[in-house]
Amino acid sequence: MRLFAARHKKTLTITLMMLPGAIWLLLLRYLPMAGVVIAFQNYRPHPPNPTMINNILNSRFVGLENFRFIFATDIAWRFIRNTLAYNAVFIVLTTVFAIALAIALSEITKKFIAKLYQTLMFFPFFISWVVVSYFVFAFLSPTHGTFANVSNWYMDPWGWPVILTSAHLWKSLGFTCIIYLAAITGVDHGQYEAAAIDGASKWNQIWSITIPNIRPMIIIMFILAVGRIFNADIGLFYNVPLNSGPLFPVTDVVDTYVLRAFQTLSMGMATAVGLFQQIIGFICIMTANAIVRKVDSDSAIF
Amino acid sequence: MAAITQKEARINKVSLPAEICIHAIVGLFALACIIPFIFIIIISFSSTESLQAVGYSFFPISWSLTAYEAAFNMGSVLWQSYLNSFIVTGVGTFLSVIMTVLYAYGLARRDYPLRHFFAFFIIFTMVFGGGLAPTVMVIRNLLGLSDSLAALIVPALLVPFNVIVMRTFIKASVPESLIESARLDGSGEFHTLLTIVVPLSKPGIATVALLTAINYWNDWFNALLFIRNRSMYPLQYLLMQMQNDIDFIRRNMALIGATNINLADLPSDGLRMALCVLIVVPIACAYPFFQKYIVAGLTVGAIKE
Repeated sequence: MRLFAARHKKTLTITLMMLPGAIWLLLLRYLPMAGVVIAFQNYRPHPPNPTMINNILNSRFVGLENFRFIFATDIAWRFIRNTLAYNAVFIVLTTVFAIALAIALSEITKKFIAKLYQTLMFFPFFISWVVVSYFVFAFLSPTHGTFANVSNWYMDPWGWPVILTSAHLWKSLGFTCIIYLAAITGVDHGQYEAAAIDGASKWNQIWSITIPNIRPMIIIMFILAVGRIFNADIGLFYNVPLNSGPLFPVTDVVDTYVLRAFQTLSMGMATAVGLFQQIIGFICIMTANAIVRKVDSDSAIF
Repeated sequence: MAAITQKEARINKVSLPAEICIHAIVGLFALACIIPFIFIIIISFSSTESLQAVGYSFFPISWSLTAYEAAFNMGSVLWQSYLNSFIVTGVGTFLSVIMTVLYAYGLARRDYPLRHFFAFFIIFTMVFGGGLAPTVMVIRNLLGLSDSLAALIVPALLVPFNVIVMRTFIKASVPESLIESARLDGSGEFHTLLTIVVPLSKPGIATVALLTAINYWNDWFNALLFIRNRSMYPLQYLLMQMQNDIDFIRRNMALIGATNINLADLPSDGLRMALCVLIVVPIACAYPFFQKYIVAGLTVGAIKE
């Protein structure tokens, strides 16, 4: 009986510890989920008491009207195409370059130089997208920029697919590379020594020892990235092009559109496009996770 | 034996030309990672005449400190933003780490019966959410947070990914038997957490604290959503707004034909670059010392249990 009481006291104490986090999740993550009903409403403020709950209770349901409005325009297809295309390119290039860099770093004999490279490559990870937008602006500014005479960059869309891809790689390659490097460092050195004695070249060792050893990690990182293919990095797409309207054909992605919908369209439409993103994102992540579980059940997120 | 190993190590090295190639490629990329920052520093120290004559250049005609004088002459606007960013980062990180450790500890306890429920409760928010509009409305209308530093702190208090990293860390570094024996010795849960779990998972806590601090320091999005009052601007948002202000004035000057506005009165390009430097410098100085914790966190986060 005393043991029973003690066990319950323990459960109670731990639950108490969970409470701050749980309350936060309830208020800031679960309450908004209930708010998605707005996507199906003609949401209007209802004076004299225009609280969110009162407005929801008194707004008319309009079915899929909000969704119809958004998908009737070409803009919807534009941001879907941009989001998927950019993320696909980002995933492939980041994976290939990060692995290549990690292998190259692991082959450097002077360890302190490798450490120096690693530190320099890690710098962009710590920098905000606002600051990155200034870095880019320094090169592209129409008045003083280094490449000012090549194009009117912030008005002319043609260069931006390359600029945005470069900015993404610049910011993310370093730390992705470091994750792979940690995996490569963990590979048993005996395998390389045995291969070297058997006369395997460095190139052969990379293909038949390094890559197979880190393959599970490559596959998992790759699939998880694919699971987030409908989530764009808003810092990159909003700040780096300075939210410039003429560039939208090549810079507008789902997250920037959701933000703009929230700022300029009705709440119903803004919620609708947000809900659309959440549902597609949910499907992508669940699919990716199911595949990861098939490949390597220990690495599934849930 | 040692001699043989050394010889083998030398045999299994890449050839000299190959290593030179590696240094060229990796070195160039490493350099490219900091070149933009160096460029910004150079611009911030370039004189106005030099900017007019050769634009932004790695080799300005003459140097000057006017941009920094202008920055320090901004007075309260700049210092207020600095202070805001420091308060938000400090208080936010402190509260966030406490909440994260508390939540992660429960998830890590194998004998806690509700752990599956709470694990689902947090992981579900990683795959689905209400979207931007309802979230902002809840924070503004129901929680009444806007135009305050709390509006910058509260929305980022808990990052599910960090909780998972923390849980993995606790599981990996605190043996279950240790917690069990503490319990048998009559130690309460809070006591066990403070005297056994926290000291043993210090590297994990450091990782989470650093990721959180960077997140707060670099945040501009919550300011964009919740802050209108200039005195509440964090640094990143101040920098963003300066860019917007200048674009706005430049564009409208042509439209309304207001040629009498003195361009020199606008925050100059040099000033903005100087502010950029002032924002990055604290991070640039500090990160080489704590990067190993981030690496530890990223690699632990990538391995589940």
